[in-house]
Amino acid sequence: MSIFNLFRRSGSAPLARERLQILLSHERTVGGRPDLLTILREEILTTIAKQVPVDRENVRVRMDRGATVSTLEIDIDIPHLASTLLAPSTVPLLSAGLGQQLRASH
Amino acid sequence: MAKVLVVTSGKGGVGKTTSTAALGAALAQAGQKVAVVDFDVGLRNLDLVLGAERRVVFDLINVIQGGAKLSQALIRDKRLETLWLLPASQTRDKDALTEVGVATVIKEMRSKFDWVICDSPAGIERGATLAMRFADAAVIVTNPEVSSVRDSDRIIGLLDSKTEKAENGERIEKHMLITRYDAQRAKRGEMLNIEDVLDILTTPLLGIIPESQEVLRASNVGSPVTLCNATSAPARAYRDAARRLRGETVPITIPVAQQRLFGRLFGQRAA
Repeated sequence: MSIFNLFRRSGSAPLARERLQILLSHERTVGGRPDLLTILREEILTTIAKQVPVDRENVRVRMDRGATVSTLEIDIDIPHLASTLLAPSTVPLLSAGLGQQLRASH
Repeated sequence: MAKVLVVTSGKGGVGKTTSTAALGAALAQAGQKVAVVDFDVGLRNLDLVLGAERRVVFDLINVIQGGAKLSQALIRDKRLETLWLLPASQTRDKDALTEVGVATVIKEMRSKFDWVICDSPAGIERGATLAMRFADAAVIVTNPEVSSVRDSDRIIGLLDSKTEKAENGERIEKHMLITRYDAQRAKRGEMLNIEDVLDILTTPLLGIIPESQEVLRASNVGSPVTLCNATSAPARAYRDAARRLRGETVPITIPVAQQRLFGRLFGQRAA
């Protein structure tokens, strides 16, 4: 449970919408191939997983399909490498997570 | 020459049969010659919803197998003289439905009616695929709820690949009909809203049928809701949807939550 959940609308419909967007993009195939957003999501996650262990439960993906532009938002919890042995804390945003990762490897 | 329309959804219980009866009746009330065909072999219900269950003698399977002529199996509605029903068989196995047989029956019906409306069974098996096979247009009945939306997405995929039109490289006309829409719950963010459903399924909207006791009452008495209570909200919504099917431009209104004082004061505690 993230602190952001506190500020979300109280209804469950937005969550239903997000879950459906992701599920359907996964199930839909265009001429026997998954669609572009699904391919991108899988490749991005695979690339990150090569560097750090990624728990799929801690990955939040949001897809919005528009007529001309679609957006793909991936929010991954990356374990704080320096402190994983003591306290497995997480950093909430991908950008922040990579920053930690870079600092940790230098 | 008729337009063949399939009413489909994938998921069961979303309102296919109710919508077939209501749209068929609304088109007939507007003077169109309409046949509604039940494809749910073994679980027929369109006869019951139309109040014709005691008048069934022959059915679709009899016609396919040559045991009866189409004119013998068609049942004319007692209230609307341009509305006809071709019932499904309640006793036969659904494998008795053959592609060649369905093609022949649909072809014969095309020359006799303005509209042939095929009420699809739930699921994606034989009955459902044959109900959509020869359609020119589809009405996809969807409830604003995750499992219904997912199944509709699957059905849209089948409409675009497994129908005769799709196989010939043509586009099947698709319409989204949202049923059981509860404005109160949508307002509270508990139910997917219309924009969400349309956005996810990218199919044009034919109409929004509000959740209403009138729909249940209509099936209880065996009369399409557009006849049973013509001024009710669902009847008006179905009538507008039927006009849109005929190509008229009718603005769509999203039902709004009516704020009842009593409900507002005591609703939360009661719920």
